[in-house]
Formats: sequence, structure tokens, C-alpha cells
Amino acid sequence: MNFIYDLHRTMMSQKLILVYQGDFTQETTKSILAMAERNLDSSGEESSIKRKVFNVMVESLQNIVKHSDELVDGQTRSHAAIFLIGKETNRYSIMSGNPIRKVNVDKLKAALDKINSLDKEGLKDLYKEIIKNTTISEKGGAGLGFVDMARKSGAKLEFSFPEMNAEYCFFCLKVNVPREAGEN
Amino acid sequence: MEILNLEGTEDTPKIILDKKNGIFEISGRSLPEDSAEFYRPVLEWIGKYGAEPNPTTDFVFKLEYFNTASSKLILDVLSALEDIKGMKILWYYHEDDEDMEEAGQEFSELVEIPFEFKTY
Repeated sequence: MNFIYDLHRTMMSQKLILVYQGDFTQETTKSILAMAERNLDSSGEESSIKRKVFNVMVESLQNIVKHSDELVDGQTRSHAAIFLIGKETNRYSIMSGNPIRKVNVDKLKAALDKINSLDKEGLKDLYKEIIKNTTISEKGGAGLGFVDMARKSGAKLEFSFPEMNAEYCFFCLKVNVPREAGEN
Repeated sequence: MEILNLEGTEDTPKIILDKKNGIFEISGRSLPEDSAEFYRPVLEWIGKYGAEPNPTTDFVFKLEYFNTASSKLILDVLSALEDIKGMKILWYYHEDDEDMEEAGQEFSELVEIPFEFKTY
């Protein structure tokens, strides 16, 4: 049973204010957003920062709903992914992790590297270029989520792809939203 | 012409499209699971309205938040409004919401419709 205490201590030391693991649907997305909103409201967070956190949360959660690869391990199929919010004195961190097929890693990594190479104006141009030319995919995405996260947070996207097994990696993403208003 | 009236929810905006009373408004939050499906009736309504529009139309966007999938559909709505004579967009944003102001400015650069910016 000590793992409960260990998990609690990890959450405290990592300054996590919300952790959710399980299946992700539009319904869980709405519940998580409502919980986080209440938390931000009760802590009296500034509305401009609240909006940015909310924004990044939505894109992150809907990315998982739409794109997380189903993990097939023998007879077991799983959509399990994880979503976390950290709150430090100078920033919020919106973090997520979900299985991704190894064959999909290079393309995703290239897209994220491209976004991280751009400055504010470059991101704006990329956003306009995509929105003009995109059509909504079968999964319901516009291909704009990561660009929007980078624009709203004003920070580089942090990511890694630790290996799960021969076929899958775990896509870890961290987006920091500064708590000092006007930093961007 | 029929009125399109959708009540807002926690993840979809309130929409009123009423030709007779000259009310055209999309407001609230837009993060539906399927944005294309949600905005389909709006685009259809605008298609019909475009065939016999009022002499002038003030189309109000008063959005608190929208996700990226909705932003694509909002551009589709604006593109559908683009060819209607007498069209003007009233883009409302909360006075401290720079991101929503900037989003409106970017949309105004993507379509050929006059935009008027207002705070609330």
C-alpha cells in the first residue's frame, strides 16, 4: 500500500494539481476542464493566464482523444493515456502522455521541431498557412493544435518519446504557461 | 426564412440566425467533439440566406473561447459570408483578451469583409 504514499509524495514534489489517467473522451475532457477551471478560479488566477491554460488544456486533451494510438499487446487493447497539470510559482505546466506507434514518431517529431524553430511571427504565418489550406481530418482535427499551444504559451514545446516496446513509444509533451502576465 | 436557434452548452456556442429580426450571432464557447458536424447547419443556413439576404447584415461573433478545429470552421463561416452584399462582421472580445482580439484580426486578414472590433 505504500505506493499510495509514494504517488502522493511524487505529486507534491512535482507540484501537480491534477492527474488523470484512463480513457479519454469528449466527456472526460469536459470534466477535466471543469475541475481545472474551478481550481484556477478558486486560486484567484488572473483571467488572461486562466484563458491560456484552458486553451492549451483543450488542445492537449482533444489531441489525446483524436490521435492517441490504441495499444495492442497480445489480447489486451488499451487507450490509456495520462494528463497532468503542474503549478509552480512562475508557471503552469500542461503535460500529457499517450502511446504512439513507432512508425508515426518521425513525422510528429519533425512537426514539433519545425514549430519550435519558429518565432512569434513565424508561428503566426504557419497558423494562417495551415488554416487556409487545411480541411478537417477524418479524426476531426485541423492540424493546428500544436501551433496554437506554442502561440498561446509563448514557450517552446517540450517533448520526448521513451520506448514502450518493439512497436510503441510513449509521446510525452509538456507545455509551460508563464504566470507573469505580459511576458510574451 | 426559418430561424436557426441553438442553445449554448459547455462545449458549443449559442447561435441565433434570424433574418426577419436581423439577428445574426455566434457567442460563447466552441470546442465541440466534431466541429464540422456542429457547424454544418450554420453553413447551410448561410447558403440559403445568401440567395436572398437583407440589404445589410451585421454578423456578430462574441466568442469567449474556441478550439483550433472550430477556428477552421469559423473561417468556413466567414468565407460563406464573404460573397453576401452588405455584410459586416462585429468581432467582440473581452477587454483583457488579447488572444481573442488577435484571432479576430487574423480572420479579418483572411477574408474580404469589413470587421468592426468591439470590447465587452
